[in-house]
Amino acid sequence: MQSFKKTLTGEEPKAAAKPAEVKTEKKAEPKKEEKPVANKITVGHVHMSGCTGCLVSLADNYLGLVKILDDYADLVYGLTLADVRHIPEMDVALVEGSVCIQDHESVEDIKTTRKKAKVVVAVGGCASYGNITRFARGGQVNQPQHESFLPIGNLIDVDVVIPGCAPTPQLIRNVCVMAYLLLRGTEEQKALAGKYLKPLMALAKRGTTACFCDLMNDVINQGLCMGCGSCAAACPVRAITHEFGKPQGQRDLCIKCGACYGQCPRSFYNFEVMDEFEGILELIDGAMK
Amino acid sequence: MGTELGKYKVCVSARSTDKEIMWKAQDGGIVTSLFAFALEHGIIDGAIVAGPGARPWQPRPFIATTREELLSARGTKYNISPQVSWLKEATRSFGLDKVGIVGTPCQMQAVRKAQLYPVGMRDVPDKVALAIGIFCMENFPYKSIQMIVEDHAGTKLQATKKMEIGKGKFTVITERGKSIALPLKITHKYEQPGCHVCLDYVANLGDISTGSVGSPDGWSTVFIRTKKGEETWNKAIAAGCFETKPIEQVKPGLDLVSKLANEKISKNKKTVEERATFGVNKALRNPYL
Repeated sequence: MQSFKKTLTGEEPKAAAKPAEVKTEKKAEPKKEEKPVANKITVGHVHMSGCTGCLVSLADNYLGLVKILDDYADLVYGLTLADVRHIPEMDVALVEGSVCIQDHESVEDIKTTRKKAKVVVAVGGCASYGNITRFARGGQVNQPQHESFLPIGNLIDVDVVIPGCAPTPQLIRNVCVMAYLLLRGTEEQKALAGKYLKPLMALAKRGTTACFCDLMNDVINQGLCMGCGSCAAACPVRAITHEFGKPQGQRDLCIKCGACYGQCPRSFYNFEVMDEFEGILELIDGAMK
Repeated sequence: MGTELGKYKVCVSARSTDKEIMWKAQDGGIVTSLFAFALEHGIIDGAIVAGPGARPWQPRPFIATTREELLSARGTKYNISPQVSWLKEATRSFGLDKVGIVGTPCQMQAVRKAQLYPVGMRDVPDKVALAIGIFCMENFPYKSIQMIVEDHAGTKLQATKKMEIGKGKFTVITERGKSIALPLKITHKYEQPGCHVCLDYVANLGDISTGSVGSPDGWSTVFIRTKKGEETWNKAIAAGCFETKPIEQVKPGLDLVSKLANEKISKNKKTVEERATFGVNKALRNPYL
């Protein structure tokens, strides 16, 4: 773990320094507009049909976002954020929102995104599972015929999903840092990032629907629930309570964001990452300093 | 196996020096004393503990922000308290920046998953200041506890003063001093099924974990596992909160803890394996894949 931290400075891996020392080093030489870090990854934010809450969540990393853009990733595409009209080549596409299949531009955009991006991340419930857009029935001016919205996984292959409505700033941050390590890190860092991202990649393969029912079908009915309470804490609409220690969902309230199932320790649980929690949390902390 | 006790820095046998806490403590009063100390010294702003619920001996997780509230949660209840359900709320409605939480090994896993993969746990990762894990062989649903106490032990839940599991017995002690010891063979079938895939006995992921096993009556075995745990523990020791003995000098000692941990882990590993061939060419889901 020590070696991860040492090399996580954005520069090429050298046997240098703790994060603290790196920080002072950087402060000493004020940066101008020239690219301070040569091997950043390129990231784009692709906005499909969503409420921009996911983008706000990314921004809610505050200085962490600045750090990410300073040292780890160049934002090469993003409505209002980057002055770029057409979706360019990029390493990682953070896609927010579901695809309206009656809107040809959206359909083309998501296909282009798949072509141009090495890694496609479905950020948030809409891109991952449809979320609140599942309830759309059309009828809004000025495009009343726009009534069918699909999660991006129904149109293209998705590599990583980040469920939740809104997805948390911290999980988006973690995925950004891990994507950087995966694409630019040392062998050791690549291995760690691979292990970290694996369950989120498996979630992408699992399917494009989500509901409180996932807890019933794949956790409680499977004899795996032990009543920890994670689902109730994760639910953004407080649809989940616990009766005699087991989750009860008000299914009419469920917005199908996938947070409860994703947060459940019995949906996925990878010992190799989890047992290293202290080191990995310090690593991410260090990367944000 | 060698890994059954998890990573730890120090292991001691300890008991609280606080008479008020010890008066109604399960064993060494470790959890209540540590939280009381942490609260008093600003290490935590509040702690999620298992207080009295709607029915006799039913726990209800709540956020204790005073010593009196902590005291109301002393003792083990042996049925499900969804501790993690308050984890996000603690940082939001309650506005805590430094959250303490006590829980079973699976709940510690849930806390760490909430920190590493905060799917719905916005702003939680940096706010877990002290997570105390308790040793756990298995847990019971509330109705199981009711059946064990009322049907098997033949006493009322309201008249029960204390429940204990140890030395192969489930012991119910009544307010009038009667002690009914049931062999665990009787209680096994009432266990919560979700516990049977759990591969952690001594709360490997707590900052500190504690339980009666390994130490003499009235004392607890304490593992100090993380930097946060060590820091808090050392301060508490310096403040005279605990009497301690080196674990090597007490009976039955760590060997018994290891033995029970290995028993639990190998039994449950077998359960996980058997789930793979549960039906005819049909497996039950494995949460660890």
